[in-house]
Amino acid sequence: MPDFNVRGDAVNVEQIMEQIRARIREKRGVDYTEDQIRELAAVKLEKFLDPRSIRSDLLEQFRKSQPPPPVMPLYPFEDTTLFDSHRGIIRFFRRLFRPLLKLFFNSNALAQSLHQQTIINQQVLDRLEALRQRGDLYYELLHNLVLELTRATIEVKNISMRVESIASRLEFNERRARALESVVVYKATEAGRDARPAAPAPTAAAPPRGGFTPREGSRQTPPQPPAPRTPPPAPLPSTPPSAVVSTMPVAGGSETSPGEAPMTGEGPGQRSRRRRRRRGRRGGASAVSIMNAGAAPGGEPSASSDASANETREGEPAKNAALSGHAAEPAPPDEPREAEPLRLPSPAEPSASEPPVRSGDHDVDDL
Amino acid sequence: MKLAIVVQRYGAAINGGAELHARYVAERLARHADVEVLTTCANDYVTWRNELEPGAERVNGIPVRRFPVTHERDPLAFGLQSARVFGETHSIGEELEWLDAEGPASPALIEHVAKHARSFDYMIFFSYRYYHAYYGVRAAGAKAILVPTAERDETVGLSIFQPLFRGVRALMYNSPEERAMIQRVSGNQDVPGVVVGVGSDVPAQTQPVRFRQKYDVRGPFAVYVGRIDQNKGCTELFDFFQQYLRETQGRLSLVLIGNSLLPIPAHPRIRHLGFLDDADKFDAIAAADLLIMPSYFESLSMVALEAWALGRPVLANGRCDVLKGQCIRSNAGLYYEHPLEFIEALLAIEQNRWLTAALGRSGRQFFREHYDWAVIERKYLDMFTRLSTDATPRAMEPLPGRMDRRRPDLPPARDVLQTLPAGWTRS
Repeated sequence: MPDFNVRGDAVNVEQIMEQIRARIREKRGVDYTEDQIRELAAVKLEKFLDPRSIRSDLLEQFRKSQPPPPVMPLYPFEDTTLFDSHRGIIRFFRRLFRPLLKLFFNSNALAQSLHQQTIINQQVLDRLEALRQRGDLYYELLHNLVLELTRATIEVKNISMRVESIASRLEFNERRARALESVVVYKATEAGRDARPAAPAPTAAAPPRGGFTPREGSRQTPPQPPAPRTPPPAPLPSTPPSAVVSTMPVAGGSETSPGEAPMTGEGPGQRSRRRRRRRGRRGGASAVSIMNAGAAPGGEPSASSDASANETREGEPAKNAALSGHAAEPAPPDEPREAEPLRLPSPAEPSASEPPVRSGDHDVDDL
Repeated sequence: MKLAIVVQRYGAAINGGAELHARYVAERLARHADVEVLTTCANDYVTWRNELEPGAERVNGIPVRRFPVTHERDPLAFGLQSARVFGETHSIGEELEWLDAEGPASPALIEHVAKHARSFDYMIFFSYRYYHAYYGVRAAGAKAILVPTAERDETVGLSIFQPLFRGVRALMYNSPEERAMIQRVSGNQDVPGVVVGVGSDVPAQTQPVRFRQKYDVRGPFAVYVGRIDQNKGCTELFDFFQQYLRETQGRLSLVLIGNSLLPIPAHPRIRHLGFLDDADKFDAIAAADLLIMPSYFESLSMVALEAWALGRPVLANGRCDVLKGQCIRSNAGLYYEHPLEFIEALLAIEQNRWLTAALGRSGRQFFREHYDWAVIERKYLDMFTRLSTDATPRAMEPLPGRMDRRRPDLPPARDVLQTLPAGWTRS
């Protein structure tokens, strides 16, 4: 057992216990304590997600809370009810002595009030029945409220999760934008500082700003006059060694001569990231279509198909076409095949795997 | 100064935690005041059967007056009433019935307290949960000082005890955790209180070799001292220790000291020695590599204090706030909450001699600073002085009327317990 880190006369029990727990985690992975397990086991799903918490016997419970009134038989009371009997003889005598009885008290008033009471009873029963029906309505209302509240709660949960997701994506994008901005500013500064003093005087043969001056013999087709987004003519002295090394490989194993085109300014990682971003932005063309665009007309893939079609200096229109989703379409035969992907790179030309580096101007435009 | 110690059981052979605590305090305070012990004739804390003679006697030089218990405890009825008041909504009347069922019901003792309270300066009641404390404190009035010995169990959630905590003259707590719990449940922050605990008569010299020879104990071992009972966490202790034996190359054995209410696992490295006298107990602790205290509920572990006094580290159950707090405050013990922690802590103590020594040193110092008898006695005497100058009258809330007692509106004690603060307290 490894020794503890606590030494000296005074020990700290809490610290030792932390080390013991760390050792347990180390040995057995993250274990829940029994309390945590108990807590997890005791946790019920949230009420609104727990179907058992929705009471299906709500109506019964609701009715139980209001005990139904005892149903009494309605007793119709008329003015003759007092003197009725199922026996005929008794009925006869009662009818006979009724005038005599009425001498002693007013039986009509009694019969009338009892008759009124019968009507009142009927009304009360009707009202109770109405109340019961209203109870059913209340139940329906309650049920619907619970249902809607449940839905609303779930929806609120969903929306809050979506907001959270969007907020995180937004934050990510902001960070990404800031990072890209800082990279671009750095590149532009470097290019401006280093390239301008070395730039030749503007002549007819000079390339436009940001253009590319081809090395002799490095091309089979003449450069197109509007050749934007090309690197500055001179290599950047401030390029880090690693970046230089990573951008220098040439197809066929030949080395680049000192006077060749500039291939500096950024590392391969940045280039590939930028390329991925550009593809992502232009979005329509899949990687397969881009690859197809760089393939030879005869269907034979070129060793430099991808890079030469997409990234070579004179191949910009073709690259754009490919990236804009038309790469799969064959070029018209009468048009100049500027983006001919089958062109083999000259020894001095950048290899297929390492496309030429473009200047900071290019980056700025591109971004 | 004349003091009365009122406790549920008392005797030289009675080793229950609160009872032993009371005896120690009585014997120590007898050096500063006239002390008389008022107690029952019961010897068994389960039945409260009258086994000792009523009347006056002397125990270790302290006068003791015993009063009979009117009825023994019916375990079944008491269990049913406990389930009712702990787990269901109930009334004050039911809580009072529970208290009567728990016992030891001794109206004669209460009557004596009421009659003679004036002749004492203070009456110190031990264990709030029993009949004698509830009615005795009410009978003693302004003379009552309570040593609650409260554990974190459901009883503390019963509502009848809240006026008790608010109405006594002072409270002598066993630990900061106990004080925090009682203050939270009863809101008695204005009642004078101090964390005291209890000391122990640890011998200056122990003979660990003699113990090993006498009981033929070889090799390193951990010792458990106390009643071997499920309530004391012994079942869990057996499980964890057997897991330690199975899964590690550890060399420790487990030695158990105390009466057993549980079957002891049959394993050559688990030994049960039964009940030992104090000399053997202290020798055993001194011979051990560590003391294990697996109990969930403790208001103060005296045996842990004794281990610290002897310079032995303690491995305690971390789910008992009091034990965990004591370990952290003293820096003299480790604690566990699950078997992996138990095993690792055991291995740490076993395989790091310097750690054992450092924990032991811290424990000895902690005991000296807080639980030496001079410190304990001083705290009691300071409290008496403070109360003699503090003339604030403290009135006990009256018992509720007949109708109020029947109203079933009290929450289950278990629910009340859940609301109380958990965790150890730094000071």
